[in-house]
Amino acid sequence: MADLKKATAIISGLLAKDKVAGFLALRMVAGHPVPYLFTKPEELDGLYLGEVRYPVTKLLIRLARKYPDNSFGILARACDERSLVELYKNQQLDPEKVTFVGVACSGELAEKCECFRPYPSRIDIGEKVECQEDDARVREIEAMPEKERHRYWMDQFTKCIKCYGCRNICPVCFCPSCTLEDHDLVHLGGMPPQIPIFHLVRAMHMADRCIDCGLCEEACPADIPLRTLYRKVRETVKHLFGYLPGESTEDFPPLEVLGEGTFEIGEAGKSSRS
Amino acid sequence: MEYRTIQTTCTYCGCGCGLLLEVMDEGLVGTLPLKTHPINEGTLCIKGWNVHEFVESDRRLRYPLVRKDGDFQEVGWEDALGMVASRLMGIRDKFGPDSIAFLSSAKCTNEENYLLQKLARAIVGTNNIDHCARL
Repeated sequence: MADLKKATAIISGLLAKDKVAGFLALRMVAGHPVPYLFTKPEELDGLYLGEVRYPVTKLLIRLARKYPDNSFGILARACDERSLVELYKNQQLDPEKVTFVGVACSGELAEKCECFRPYPSRIDIGEKVECQEDDARVREIEAMPEKERHRYWMDQFTKCIKCYGCRNICPVCFCPSCTLEDHDLVHLGGMPPQIPIFHLVRAMHMADRCIDCGLCEEACPADIPLRTLYRKVRETVKHLFGYLPGESTEDFPPLEVLGEGTFEIGEAGKSSRS
Repeated sequence: MEYRTIQTTCTYCGCGCGLLLEVMDEGLVGTLPLKTHPINEGTLCIKGWNVHEFVESDRRLRYPLVRKDGDFQEVGWEDALGMVASRLMGIRDKFGPDSIAFLSSAKCTNEENYLLQKLARAIVGTNNIDHCARL
């Protein structure tokens, strides 16, 4: 309750002083928390701070495009903040036009999400709890013999109903033309999806962009362990290039910006630049 | 400036997935799965994800059309319904009620489907009523 009061005070302050044209967060409507743009302080009676997550930063892109001169506020958990970093870096949002109010996640939510850092860089609401990143699933699959591992993933991909939900919900997927809709790789409007290319193309694109929020896995009707797959590619990029997406707007994604010179991946996965 | 979401039920099949239609300044701009819905629990299929597209599609049928002189022409609801009713009754009287069949839809509500079988059984007098999910 105290958190709700505090959040209401902060957001109504931002709205009253015209610091932001609107504040994007979740609001209880007909018994469900749903994304909503608060534009008047009196609407804040329905503000929701619970455990349901939507890709609010992605939803903000559309508003920011339509109203490029306006500033917006957003309620951001740690994962939302990491996605903001990626969206700033990729020129989808202007950091000058976004004011975030940081929310630390509860211990229960952090544990459910297996979050490695369940609090944003600045905590305005809630209390900081630590949580251990749980990579047991990655290690478990990694330990399988290659043939078995291949079969495991092919079995998982076979379940895909090609809803594109993983891409649609992803807070760092914003490209106007998507490789998953490329005629040469994917048979559009047809089933089954091309496996494993459909999933591996996405995994490849996630390698230096995935912020490990887990919304894709929550949105998957076929229960494909997408997060485990993307955690593995994230880990690979971290080992090879020392790069983690969502951490800093200064670091550039190594698979997009290689810079000058040649880049070699040597033995034992060590990379070197010459 | 407005951005809000409207909770509704997917019209594409009988599952009844909960979804959110995203409204920006009175225009429909997108669809999201309703994460707290007991049926789909935040997931959707490809059709559900794209529900917003057909609502404002140019190809959507918005008025009754009747073929006159080889072309479809717009007519009022009274005329259209009157024509359907008189033709159906004419066929029933000439060939009997079982010469007519009704095909309902998984895209309609329960109530609409109930009403169609009522029309078939109580008014036309046939049990020839089925639905598209059995095609």
